[in-house]
Amino acid sequence: MSIKQPFENIVQQHGRTVLRVCRVLLASQDADDAWSETFLSAMRAYPDLPETANVEAWLVTIAHRKAVDVLRARSRQPVPVEKLAEEPTRLGLPGADDGLWQAVRALPDKQRQAVAYHYVAGLPYAEIAQILGGTADAARRAAADGIRNLRKDYPVGEPS
Amino acid sequence: MNKTDNTDDLFATPDDTATLARLHRTLERAAEGEGLLDIAYRTIDSPVGSLLLAATPRGLVRVAYDVEDHDRVLATLASRLSPRVLRAPERLDPAARELDEYFAGRRRSFDLPLDLSLSTGFRLLVQQRLPSIGYGTTSSYRQVAELVGNPKAVRAVGTACATNPLPLVLPCHRVLRADGTTGGYVGGAAAKTTLLNLEAAA
Repeated sequence: MSIKQPFENIVQQHGRTVLRVCRVLLASQDADDAWSETFLSAMRAYPDLPETANVEAWLVTIAHRKAVDVLRARSRQPVPVEKLAEEPTRLGLPGADDGLWQAVRALPDKQRQAVAYHYVAGLPYAEIAQILGGTADAARRAAADGIRNLRKDYPVGEPS
Repeated sequence: MNKTDNTDDLFATPDDTATLARLHRTLERAAEGEGLLDIAYRTIDSPVGSLLLAATPRGLVRVAYDVEDHDRVLATLASRLSPRVLRAPERLDPAARELDEYFAGRRRSFDLPLDLSLSTGFRLLVQQRLPSIGYGTTSSYRQVAELVGNPKAVRAVGTACATNPLPLVLPCHRVLRADGTTGGYVGGAAAKTTLLNLEAAA
């Protein structure tokens, strides 16, 4: 007999973090869709999840796959990236500084993903290597490069 | 943590509460549509305190009083039936409406699909017969034992009432001691008295 907690608890405990991860990976509406698809997939698979599993890493892995699907679909569409980035309604969060989110989405995929999984989801690099492929060191370097690029393009704390 | 690990300034976000509430509703509908919503639940306020209502696709499976500890009840549902448990009020709308009408004195019996999969054997037999005790009337534990054809099983009837997964809807509050005192109740003796007074006044 399973001693698994109700799925609602999983949504309550991890919903906010997964949303932030999705927002780093994708534009706003796409992030919402990725969140919904992530939790729907998770709910489907939840009864079979081993009880020892790291639930947050599991959710982030699902979100990663959903985001990759969205990015692939986008890259097949003949919409120039520069033009997308100028549509204010598709960018970032209501009330968030668009500059940061433009900078985040300007990062190469690997850097953006590593930044999301380490700095937003708080996963260790060994877990991130599992998601991205490659080594923990490579994941660490990608995250460090990503943060350095963000600091360069988006100097927080300085008067604009 | 070294200095560059402090990125709170970078990823500070505005309040996500409204967005998460909207996304949760999307998830509820999608889960229902995909047949993944094994157990939907919500709570309602009532004259006998907050009530937890839970339903499977087959019907209402659990009504729980605050004193039963809603979190514990949900954990039990997750382990006994399915961990796919989601706060999803819509499926409980009919039950919530009928209970509201009952508490307003406008409803005397419930017309809801029920899922009795939490009960088995003699307990199930007793619980299924409880609606035959009419609104505003009462029976003794012994009378209920006789009703199910086992007049000696008075204590077992008491256990069946105490483990009733659907109090209110299956009216175990109408079963009293032979001396007319109220006896125990899954929602507490005060709740039992409240319900009996409500039905007597209507």
